[in-house]
Amino acid sequence: MSEHITSLKIYFIVFFSLLILTVSTWQIAYINLGRWNTVVALIIAVSKAALVATFFMHLRWSAPMMRLVLFAAIFWLAVMMTLTLGDFFSRGAVPQPHGWQTSVVASPPAAAGHQR
Amino acid sequence: MIASRRKYKLHNSHAVVAEQFDDRTQQHEASSLGMWIFLATEIMFFGALFTGYTLYRNLYTTAFEAGSHLLNAKLGALNTAVLIGSSLTMALAVHAAQTGKRKRLMAFLVSTMILGGVFLCIKFVFEWIHEYKEGLVPGLHFTYAGPHAPHVEMFFCFYFIMTGVHAIHMIVGEGVLAVLLIMAWRGRFSEQKYNPIEMMGLYWHFIDVVWIFLFPLLYLLGAHY
Repeated sequence: MSEHITSLKIYFIVFFSLLILTVSTWQIAYINLGRWNTVVALIIAVSKAALVATFFMHLRWSAPMMRLVLFAAIFWLAVMMTLTLGDFFSRGAVPQPHGWQTSVVASPPAAAGHQR
Repeated sequence: MIASRRKYKLHNSHAVVAEQFDDRTQQHEASSLGMWIFLATEIMFFGALFTGYTLYRNLYTTAFEAGSHLLNAKLGALNTAVLIGSSLTMALAVHAAQTGKRKRLMAFLVSTMILGGVFLCIKFVFEWIHEYKEGLVPGLHFTYAGPHAPHVEMFFCFYFIMTGVHAIHMIVGEGVLAVLLIMAWRGRFSEQKYNPIEMMGLYWHFIDVVWIFLFPLLYLLGAHY
């Protein structure tokens, strides 16, 4: 099970899919899709990473423990991102109660869209 | 006493299954688990950089797009292809090790090193040096004077730290590949004993995955249309 030998065919199929995805993500960057440019680029990046992890890194055939470690890492990464970004982007969302003093250091980096 | 110890050690380092393991499967799972836990720490390490990048990109979108626009997306795409190619040769090296083909293993290790070297050359010679001449290196030589210059400078801080840390990982990988190449040359691997090659494969593919995310985030989201 853990000593599975992947067939060469699979490696080459994965390699060519990765190349096709690379060319498409690069070409799509020259088309104006507005906000969707970011979404499409990230979807392609995640699928490429999934291909590499599943086949090149043998997750498809390895013991469940390895997948658990990867999911733990992704989970903690999600916690870090959600809490950090949630904090920053919600600053100033709640107006300051009347009568509070703003003696402490200047305002936090203004909410998203500050500069657009 | 010393002589017998040395003999024992020598014998042990050539054994297919190390003393503390029941069988090859258990040994293989133990080393894979160790490598994956190391990669989990690497995910958190790069994850912090990606979090910071996401945050500031959202705060200073215009400046980050302007900065990204100054990068050469064509070279970025080429380097992505080179790195994916090196991942393929690394996967083929693991396959050669698993099937006990020593010469093929060495050939694929060498091709992985060459492709990794090509990546680093493109990165260093055609990108970083070019960006230095253009005055885009914060702290050393930054002369960009367009709108939002301080925030464009921040984009380039992220760019150089993220691609720089990635390049350091590549250089470390090249070193480990060289060691594995010598070990393979000395015939230290067989179809029963190839764990180091496979673990190196995991590391190399991980570096590839990091670049797979760096490429669109740094190069492509700069509104090239």
